[in-house]
Amino acid sequence: MEVSRHWRLQEQRYKLVGETCDNCGVKLFPPRDVCLECAAPAKELYTFTGLGEVYSYTTIYDAPAGFEQQAPYSVALVKLEEGPIVTAQLTDMDEDEMYIGMPVEMVTRKLRTDGDEGMIVYGYKFRPVQFEMAVK
Amino acid sequence: MREVAILGVGQTAVREHWDLSIRQLAVAAGRAALADADVSRVDAIYVGNMTSGNLNEQHHLGALVADHLGQWGVEAVKLEAACGSAGSAMRQGIIAIASGQMDAVLVIGVEKMTETVMEETTAALVTAADADYEGIHGVTFVSLNALIMRRYMHEYGYQHGDFAPFAINAHANGAKNPNALFREPITQKIYERGRVVADPITLFDASPIGDGAAALLLVPAEQAPGAVRVVGSAVATDTLAVHDREDMLWLKAAQQSAQRAYAQAGIGPEDVDLFELHDAFSVMAALSLEAAGFAERGQGVRLAQEGEIFPDGRIPVATMGGLKARGHPVGATGLYQIAEAALQLRGDAGAAQIEGARIAMAQNIGGSGATIATHILRNPIAH
Ligand SMILES: [Zn+2]
Repeated sequence: MEVSRHWRLQEQRYKLVGETCDNCGVKLFPPRDVCLECAAPAKELYTFTGLGEVYSYTTIYDAPAGFEQQAPYSVALVKLEEGPIVTAQLTDMDEDEMYIGMPVEMVTRKLRTDGDEGMIVYGYKFRPVQFEMAVK
Repeated sequence: MREVAILGVGQTAVREHWDLSIRQLAVAAGRAALADADVSRVDAIYVGNMTSGNLNEQHHLGALVADHLGQWGVEAVKLEAACGSAGSAMRQGIIAIASGQMDAVLVIGVEKMTETVMEETTAALVTAADADYEGIHGVTFVSLNALIMRRYMHEYGYQHGDFAPFAINAHANGAKNPNALFREPITQKIYERGRVVADPITLFDASPIGDGAAALLLVPAEQAPGAVRVVGSAVATDTLAVHDREDMLWLKAAQQSAQRAYAQAGIGPEDVDLFELHDAFSVMAALSLEAAGFAERGQGVRLAQEGEIFPDGRIPVATMGGLKARGHPVGATGLYQIAEAALQLRGDAGAAQIEGARIAMAQNIGGSGATIATHILRNPIAH
């Protein structure tokens, strides 16, 4: 794994920094230089709240190389409250607690390791919304 | 633009071919297509393949395959569009002939993926997804389809068992195809007992990987009056990541490529006699039927439950086993589909023959819907 490849995504991985389109106003995550809605240039940074709900989920038993030690683990599509859907792992919950529509919040966790001595990549996962956060 | 005909068809069986390398597989299928067409020299070779760099430490397949087929000097290149590689190679072959630049083109899809350990193969396949925003979270190809299937069931109110007809049909048809990897029919009960791979996807919802190659020899139709014609050919793309889709239950690229192909052929879905769809996962079969116009939104599963996808139904699918039973050597699959469609129209499908088929459609999906190639074939000779 190359350090720079993950280093340049640190704002996205640690803080969910996406973009707002100046032209149509849509919020984008992951950020892309061309707006997904209107194809205008999108440059304005926007930090997502990290709150959303489970849109779909599944559990992986046969993991790809680099993720074997984590298996089994659950991945989800999470619909952020600002609109975009992100792919991420669910954490701090059992599979039988998961349901479509479940409120979740972003946390920072270990995404993958590269052997015993290699780099550790951190980034966002989602857990059930904690009580005090839910009452806003 | 010149009309294109399929003069030769060749394929290897889909297997774990321990005794054959990637070049040997490609050469076997290529030679079979040349022999079938009775052609010895071609102008170009387009090779569809996805994972040779990751799994075989071998890129540059265009030159490799041309070299080992004895076609030194020809234009040759590999095309990669994940599981849509071979359908994309077919498209390039058609453009080459239709434009008048080439008079004989060999298109070959090849994949050699069973000799690496499963974790490596799984990691190679997930490169079809967005590495920075999907792959890094440990998703697998199966899991992306599981996310789509769960949402499909949630929105349309289906149970897992409702998807059984896709697997039952594919395995029944695969039993009639000597090149198929799985040749045993299954029942509803066997389907429902399938091991969970990534909930709600079980063993019989997912297609097996395999080693294999399929090839077609393409020529201008005016040089091959009785041969099967390619009357529609289109490739369309959608967002690479599933999470970026406006509607992940609608294969926009399938709709777009099918509509373009229908327009070229001057037909609609009601005219198609059989459909080789990309049933890599049961939910993809349903979504393909919907996007290609054979079923309303959310009704693809219903169409299968009504029996309309079986050989005697309104729109037979996976007539020689589909990806589920013939097997899914990913970058070769698109040309297996078209080869099977051509054999059906020629009346050469053996025990799997759909009687009286005149128009066949093949649809090859790359990734979870980001590249979709649709081809429509017609038999010029009425049965
Ligand atoms: Zn915009």
